[in-house]
This record gives sequence, structure tokens and C-alpha cells, in this order.
Amino acid sequence: MSDIRIYVEEAPGQRRELPAPTDMGLSLMELLKASDYPIQATCGGMALCATCHVEILAGPPLPEPSDDEWAMLDTLPQLHETSRLSCQIRLAPNLDGLVVRVAEPA
Amino acid sequence: MSAVISTDICIIGAGPVGLFAVFEAGLLKLRCHVVDALPQPGGQLSEIYPKKPIYDIPGFPEILAGDLVDNLLKQIAPFHPTFTLGERVERFAKLDDGSFQLYTTDGTEIQCKAVAIAGGLGSFEPRKPAVENLERFEGGKGVHYMVRDPEHFRDKKIVIAGGGDSALDWTNFLANVAADVTLVHRGTTFRGAADSAEKVKNLHEAGKIKLVLSSNVTHLHGNGHLEQVTITGNDGRTETVPLDAFVPLFGLTPKLGPIGDWGLALDNDAVVVDTVDYSTSLPGVYAIGDINTYPGKLKLILCGFHEAALMCQGAFKYIYPDKKYTLKYTTVNGAPSL
Ligand SMILES: Cc1cc2nc3c(=O)[nH]c(=O)nc-3n(C[C@H](O)[C@H](O)[C@H](O)COP(=O)(O)OP(=O)(O)OC[C@H]3O[C@@H](n4cnc5c(N)ncnc54)[C@H](O)[C@@H]3O)c2cc1C
Ligand code: FES
Repeated sequence: MSDIRIYVEEAPGQRRELPAPTDMGLSLMELLKASDYPIQATCGGMALCATCHVEILAGPPLPEPSDDEWAMLDTLPQLHETSRLSCQIRLAPNLDGLVVRVAEPA
Repeated sequence: MSAVISTDICIIGAGPVGLFAVFEAGLLKLRCHVVDALPQPGGQLSEIYPKKPIYDIPGFPEILAGDLVDNLLKQIAPFHPTFTLGERVERFAKLDDGSFQLYTTDGTEIQCKAVAIAGGLGSFEPRKPAVENLERFEGGKGVHYMVRDPEHFRDKKIVIAGGGDSALDWTNFLANVAADVTLVHRGTTFRGAADSAEKVKNLHEAGKIKLVLSSNVTHLHGNGHLEQVTITGNDGRTETVPLDAFVPLFGLTPKLGPIGDWGLALDNDAVVVDTVDYSTSLPGVYAIGDINTYPGKLKLILCGFHEAALMCQGAFKYIYPDKKYTLKYTTVNGAPSL
């Protein structure tokens, strides 16, 4: 078992480090919620609500969004090129060093 | 719109729990009026997951969320509940005689003897795009976040923004109603239903609508009422288009909204209740379903149904403190009605 480190940019230049286990099948949304970020995750991680929207700022490349994730992202009025649904990102060893920002709730 | 509605219980929220509360109230011969910010009943089931099967409703090994809502509506029809849909309850006041007066965003006024808050996650509010002056043209001045009555747009010039199913569906529908429809989408492809996207493309090719891709509406202009919008392409080019209405359709997201300001005891944005009858800290006001909290709370439809049954007993006693109620089985009394 190995922990990875995920960084959350809380303000420009201010990053909080979150150690994250990779052997529990957790999603990034679950890690952020457990770390008290204001994420509603209304649909519980089914790519149905977009209340877990994050921006990926830096770090290792991520797998492409699924069609369901794209379809949901497309409904957001403020979409960034690096927007993702954090519930669709599984914490895995190859995500060590990922930097994200929690998007403002729409 | 302005109207005064008089009823026994006003139910705030037409989710599954609010709808079932109508049934339980009906068994006690209490009339209900139901208000919801959404244009259709069903709460999360209609808004988030209408096509998903639910497996933990007693008596239904599997039922689609949308079908459960239809069944609930059928089950309460004999009690003739009345509905105000597409309006959010904004304020309420308790009167000296213990009754209540509620006001919606659109000025509808409801007089009732008891209030049941079945507000779930809060009211579903439109996701708003970052457009300059957007708020200035809300409230009947040209910006519409939902299409409640398509006739409102007859022979008007409209600009719709969005790339999901509702933007596609309304573009297709309003192409035959409005004088001029422009759909603005920030991408180049649509991810809504393939046949709706195909219809939009065909209408565009036939010259019936305008399609502006890789662009966003960025500014609204007008004097009192919306007159023009600026559309900015991803390449930075801008275009100003005259119009009567701007319809941004980016879906809805739940917000606790005004319920948090009504002076009720809250814990983490949920209304604290007494599990004897799901009464809140204000006598005559009850809270059932996802919106309430108590030790052991489970946010499940099943639990909300149970809460609705006990809540109605409490409301009956509040409304008729001198009347005695004895429990009757529906199997004994036959098909219920008011
Ligand atoms: C993806 C998903 C799957 C789920 N699966 C299950 C399942 O399998 N089994 C299960 O039991 N539960 C399930 N749930 C949970 C279930 O949907 C909720 O417990 C249920 O919807 C709660 O019902 P409710 O009537 O309390 O609230 P809601 O369904 O949230 O309805 C509340 C309504 O109140 C309205 N409202 C709020 N404030 C106001 C106001 N001020 N004025 C006017 N209207 C207002 C809202 O617009 C909304 O329509 C699931 C939830 C999700 C998101
Ligand atoms: S939690 Fe609903 S989309 Fe991620």
C-alpha cells in the first residue's frame, strides 16, 4: 500500500497537501469531501449532478473523460479546458502529485 | 402572477416525500397545496435520475424513479391536491391565530393552517453563466432560465445558450414558435441526445435557426428591457445580436435557499426535528425527507414516507387540538378520497 499526494490550490500560490490512500478504491471527490472541501456530491458520484467540479492545474496526465462525464461537464456554464468531475477520477499510484482547484459552485 | 390560495397544509417541495405527504394528509381529510421551484413534480427523482431504477421501495423489486413519481401522482389524485410549480417559497409568516402565510418568488400567496417543509436538498436553482449584466435583466426583463410556457416566446427573437439536452430540445421546439432562434454553444459538438443534435443541425441547414458554435454570450445590453447580446467567439471575435429574450440553459443545481433564513433550528443546513411528529422548533411547521436531521437520520425515500405519515398525525393535532383521531386502515375504509 502506498499513499500518494494530492495538492489542492486554495488561493493563488497556496497549496494544501492531502495524503491519499490508493488501495481503497476512493475517488478524488471522496478525498476532497473527507477533507472538508465544500463539495455537495448530490448524486453520490454517478456523474449526474456536476456538484463535484474541479479544475486540474498540474501533475500527471489523466485518462480522458468518459462520454457520461463529458455530457455532464457540458451542462456547466463556467467550463475550463481542464475541468473534470472529481467523482470520476479514481485515486491511483500514477496520480501522485496531482494539483487541483475546487471550482466555485455554479 | 398573483393569487391567494387557502389550504390546510402547505407542502414546500414536490419531491417523493412531499407527494406522499399529500396522501397521508388526505387520509386525515386534510387538504394540501404543494409548491415547488421546479416546473415538474418529483424532486431529485425527476431532476437528477428519472431513468434510473430504484430497488429499495417496498413492494417494488425495481422501479424507475420517473415511474415512482407517476405512481405517487396517481395515488394522490383522489385527494385533489393543488400545485404551484416553477415558484420558490421565499418567505413565511406565522399569524396570531397560529396559521401561516407563505409567499413565493412570483408573488403567489398561500394561507394555511400548518406548513410541511419537504424541501430535500433545497430548491433547484438555475446554473448561471458568467455574462455581464445578467442579473439586471432577470425578473421578466428578458432573461429566462427555464421555458415554462413556450407561448411566451411566440414571434419573438430569442438566443438560447447551452449544449446539453434542454438547450437542444428547446431550440428544436421553439424553432416553430419564435420568430428567430439562435443557439450559442461554446463547443463544436453537442453531447446531448444524438437525435436532438441531428434535428438542430438539420434546422440550421434548412435556414430555420442560427447556430453559433465555439462561442459564448458575454454581454447583455438594453434600456430597462433586454435589447441586444454580444456573442464572443473562442477566437476573440465579437458580434452583437438584437433580441427579445435570452435563455441560458445550463441545468439546475440544488441550493438550500430561503429555508435557512426562516429562524428554524438548523444543524449543518438541515432542519432539526422531533421524531415524535417531525415538528421543527416552530410549532405548526414540520420538516420531512432529506431536509431534516435527527439522530440516526437516513436520507432515503422510504424513511421520508414514514416521516410523512407521522408528520400528518402531528399536523392534524396542531390544526384540530380538540378532535380525537383514531387510526383506520385503508383496507377497511376502501379507496380513500377527501
Ligand atoms: C442519483 C441518486 C440516486 C438515489 N437513489 C436512491 C435510492 O435508490 N433509494 C432511495 O431511497 N433514495 C435514493 N436517493 C435519495 C432520494 O432521491 C432522496 O432521499 C429523495 O429524493 C428525498 O426526497 P424529498 O422529497 O425529501 O426531497 P427532494 O427529492 O430533494 O425534493 C425536494 C423538492 O423541494 C423543492 N424545494 C426546496 N426548497 C423549496 C422552496 N423554498 N420553494 C419551493 N420548492 C422548494 C425542490 O425544488 C425539490 O423539488 C438517490 C438520490 C440520488 C441523487
Ligand atoms: S458527485 Fe455528482 S457528478 Fe460527481
